[in-house]
Amino acid sequence: MPYLSVNHSAFCNTGRYMAVNVSIPNETDRRERVAQWVDRHSGRIMVLPAVLILLAFAIFPLIASAYLSLSRFALAAGSFKLTFIGFYNYTRLFLGVQQYHFLGTFKPFGPLEWTLLAGVMLLLAAWLSRYALTGFTPLGFAGRLITAGLIGAVWFVVLATAVAGGIPGTLLNTLLYVFVGVFVQFVLGLALALLCAQPIRSRSWFRVIFFIPVMVTPVGVAYIFRMLADMQKGPFAPLSHFLGVSQWSWATEAWSARLMVLIGDTWQWTPFMFIVLLAAVENQPRDQLEAAHLDGAGPFQIFKDITWPTIAPVAATVVLIRLIEAFKIIDMPNVLTAGGPGLATESLTLHSFISWRTQDLGGSAAVGYLLLFVSTITCVSFFNFVVRYTRRYQ
Amino acid sequence: MNTPPDTRPLMRRLFERRSLDTLAPVPKFATYAILLAWTFVVLFPLYWVLVTSLKIQIQVDAGPYYIPFVDFTPHLDAWNFMLFQNNTLWPYMNSIIVALTSTILALLFGSMAAYALVRIRFQVKLAAIIAFIVLVIGVIVAVVEFAVPWQVAILAAIVLFFLALTSIGRRFKAALGNNDIEFWMISNRIMPPIVAVLPIYVMFQHLKLLDTQIALISTYTAVNLPIVVWLTRDFFAGIPLDLEESAEIDGASKFRVFFTIALPLVRSGLAATFMLVLILAWNEYLLALFLSNANAQTMPVLVSAQNTTRGPQWWYMSVLIVIMIVPVIVIAAFLQKHIARGLLIGAVKG
Repeated sequence: MPYLSVNHSAFCNTGRYMAVNVSIPNETDRRERVAQWVDRHSGRIMVLPAVLILLAFAIFPLIASAYLSLSRFALAAGSFKLTFIGFYNYTRLFLGVQQYHFLGTFKPFGPLEWTLLAGVMLLLAAWLSRYALTGFTPLGFAGRLITAGLIGAVWFVVLATAVAGGIPGTLLNTLLYVFVGVFVQFVLGLALALLCAQPIRSRSWFRVIFFIPVMVTPVGVAYIFRMLADMQKGPFAPLSHFLGVSQWSWATEAWSARLMVLIGDTWQWTPFMFIVLLAAVENQPRDQLEAAHLDGAGPFQIFKDITWPTIAPVAATVVLIRLIEAFKIIDMPNVLTAGGPGLATESLTLHSFISWRTQDLGGSAAVGYLLLFVSTITCVSFFNFVVRYTRRYQ
Repeated sequence: MNTPPDTRPLMRRLFERRSLDTLAPVPKFATYAILLAWTFVVLFPLYWVLVTSLKIQIQVDAGPYYIPFVDFTPHLDAWNFMLFQNNTLWPYMNSIIVALTSTILALLFGSMAAYALVRIRFQVKLAAIIAFIVLVIGVIVAVVEFAVPWQVAILAAIVLFFLALTSIGRRFKAALGNNDIEFWMISNRIMPPIVAVLPIYVMFQHLKLLDTQIALISTYTAVNLPIVVWLTRDFFAGIPLDLEESAEIDGASKFRVFFTIALPLVRSGLAATFMLVLILAWNEYLLALFLSNANAQTMPVLVSAQNTTRGPQWWYMSVLIVIMIVPVIVIAAFLQKHIARGLLIGAVKG
């Protein structure tokens, strides 16, 4: 390492300085000691900035937000006043006047809903009891209980709002974007990656082009799709005239508006799945592929037995990354539909933002916290039950 | 090429490949068809934005025109207005400064922490963490409920924290290791920004830093730090120890080893991480919406604000979207080779 002795930085220590600066011993001593101290604590010094930043911008706000969600915020004489009100902000969202907003408008169950609810509850109970009977650990059971609790509760809300007249709230909208959106993006991304890994010409071109949508700002994507979906002035206007729907607008109906949000999100994030999965597909063992081909295995068999097992850990990780990010969705619904019609496309982050704008800071923080709980439980469950499972051979 | 003639029946010749390096005609045609279809799906929206930016109001309102010079005359009016008359360049500069600075800071701090966590063993006392959290809660309650000045509260908390460290530190042995610290850092990314942004807003308001670039830079650095730690950790774990060890025997400090040996070895991974974080910072919307107003406004906020008064003016909006996309694509094109390789390292690790 000859260059090491040439560049002296402030952190350089030992030997070298002694040899160069013998004439001023005091100075050398001091610098020597500082350098040694820095070197001894180098690990801590390297981690410290990251820890301090996260403490200031993640842990402190998290705790402060928890406090905020337990209080009522009111402006008072040039400043503001916080009154501690316990869990009122939460009970309001679950049971009180804000229930329609967060959970949705409930309708009484019919026999079909009762059957469906009972079926899922039984499945969850079976899953829990199987775990309890095979390999019981208190921590593992508690984790599964929380996961099962969330699934059961969400299923109850889904059924209660799916009855005729029920309207889903922001919680279900967010879960729809997260699960349907990520699933569609994953399937499309995987299909494109498999096709792009075939021996065809100009595949590096396809790769470059397919990556572009990730780079477009989500706000921009939302506007672009508003432009494209304009029934009278957009590029598909002749088509809508032909079909006789030019007076109709997707923004006026709940499901078409939600579909629009999903389309925009899918257009933007499929490339992310694609690029990571492509790297994994191209990295699968070539000799196994050759052998399978010689043995006469068809493409589906090769995919099932060779490709899928190799890419499964990467696939699970990339889905986890997308799950984490998808829970934060706000730009797309805010710009496309401003959450409308009614509450049809409002996500939890948008819900919280709207509460903030109406100066209901306590309610805003409570919604944010509930989003935190739901997304944490989902992501941790996914990590424990899916990502770990796919990595079991590594 | 001396391949033996294909003697299989016609149907098999059409559908089944002979070797892994070729495709049979029918699957080949289908593959191209699907890939070209998706190319259209990707490129058409972008083409439409570009074309719309060359239109004037009447050409947008009178119905769809598709190809410049063929069915409409392109105008640069929207470009002229957006670049030279409207106040666009200021948010644009803001966006560039904020995105670049925060990305570089996140990359620096994140990779440093990741390297230390991969190479050096840490032990953090559980008691110290609990004491810290209790003190933070104490400070918040003291400031909010009992109107203690925040400077005093924080100073008192720091003193108490070190007193606590010296006294309880020896009695409780439970400690967290490297994996726990790493997990904690990465798990911060799960936190939705909407949860953190309200207190951050109040904090910057107190510090009189609201609507400044500093507020945005520091917040963006914090939200992207977990991603950097997550990705670079795998890159560092993948490089061989020998080089670093021999440098340390030569008397190089950990910092020097990190900057002169470890970082250059993972430059492909760093380039991929840089690109990803840059895209996230460049397109960030929610935090900018809260923390900036007129002075530090960034491009995504400017774009979304176009909606308000007279309905969206598509021609102006398109100009904004185009000038937002171009620099990212240029940088991505420059780093393309590195990104592909960097992704591969990350993807293999999973």
